[in-house]
Amino acid sequence: MSVRIADVAVVGGGIVGAACADAFSADGLSVELIEAGIVGGGASAAGMGHLTVMDDSEAQFALTSFSLRLWKRLETALPAEVEYSRCGTLWVAADDEEMAEVERKRQFYTLRGVTAETLDARQVAEAEPNLRPGLAGGLLVPGDRVIYAPCAAAWLVKRAIAGGARVRTGVRAVSTDASMGAGMVTLSDGGRVSAKHIVDATGAASPDLVRPRKGHLAITDRYAGFVRHQVVELGYLKSAHGHDIESVAFNVQPRATGQVLIGSSRQYGIGDSRVDAHLLARMLRRAVEYMPRIATLSVVRAWTGFRAATPDSLPLIGPSPRNGQVLLATGHEGLGITTSLGTARLLADWVAGRKPPIPIEPYLPTRFPAEVHRG
Amino acid sequence: MVEILVNGKVVRVAPGTTVAAAVLIAGEERFRHSVRGEPRGPLCGMGICFECCVTIDGRPNLRSCQMPCRDGMEVVTAVFNEG
Repeated sequence: MSVRIADVAVVGGGIVGAACADAFSADGLSVELIEAGIVGGGASAAGMGHLTVMDDSEAQFALTSFSLRLWKRLETALPAEVEYSRCGTLWVAADDEEMAEVERKRQFYTLRGVTAETLDARQVAEAEPNLRPGLAGGLLVPGDRVIYAPCAAAWLVKRAIAGGARVRTGVRAVSTDASMGAGMVTLSDGGRVSAKHIVDATGAASPDLVRPRKGHLAITDRYAGFVRHQVVELGYLKSAHGHDIESVAFNVQPRATGQVLIGSSRQYGIGDSRVDAHLLARMLRRAVEYMPRIATLSVVRAWTGFRAATPDSLPLIGPSPRNGQVLLATGHEGLGITTSLGTARLLADWVAGRKPPIPIEPYLPTRFPAEVHRG
Repeated sequence: MVEILVNGKVVRVAPGTTVAAAVLIAGEERFRHSVRGEPRGPLCGMGICFECCVTIDGRPNLRSCQMPCRDGMEVVTAVFNEG
């Protein structure tokens, strides 16, 4: 088989790899994108598709807010099937302790120029009439968005192709060798790609530093208007998704079709991708606790996926400590849809030697001591 | 005979008649709308295709071909399924 030559070989055609192919291609570099399955068919299809600004750390805020700005620049260009929705996020507080968290979050966002509005018990009930009565209130972040990520990934790939990128699907990268100044990717069909830079955007399949975190999702039949915002419980932060091996949290979204997308669950140490009926039931019971009428809706599909989790919950963006020719673009865990565009921008700037709009340092894989890396 | 309401109109049918049949007797062919807004009605008649879904007594997305009419039922077509 012949050797193809490119400036950049991107391994992994999820939304992160798709965004990288698009960004490198826009810089005039020749790009080969290699995807083992179908574009956007892995973790991108198993996320809820939120474009959200997060406040867990300054670094996470910097990357999510920068990325959301990049998404907003695309909003008029995105085709209808991407289902770009301006629904915003409503963080729901069940009690006074969670209302204190609402206030902390509001101050964090407001100080950094992100609009966030505190809702009292009555206002939260008006905002989402299907929430159970008696909740303490909530925080509305109207600038957050939701997209259908598989179609967004496909659109980014289409744009990369228009810019000259080549895409191979249904082919795995079986090995990467970067010992001679240029990287060489060997494919499962015997083909090879020689590239100056290899981008590892394989998510939970990446050999570096990530561990797979399994998540469940369920989607209902169409019930237009049942839910208006992305709604998330604040218990998400304080207990539900803490350090337990297995946890669930209430998170629902309206989809453009009128369907209600229901999450979320987290499990570590599970390799089996099948739906776990016990955990799915727990996740749905949690949703019913917050929105009792969900019990009357029909779920038409439930599925799972694996997100790439890192020890410090920040992604890995930049040269691999094991091999500087390989640029990592993984470890995005539950925020990869949001942060895909920011990740691609940072890597494209790194390769071009440009000063990035936000510092890349917090996300450099070299922040971890070498002995932590496996592989 | 059993009496039900289809979009506010009284329909009298024999006991055991499905809601799908009663809706057709009422002269309504548009049971629901597809995601793209196209009209849909009964196709398979055996609960597989979900094309005949209607709202019954306030509950949306119920397969009318699988539902026998009960006295006093209120059936609404193509309302909750607007895409």
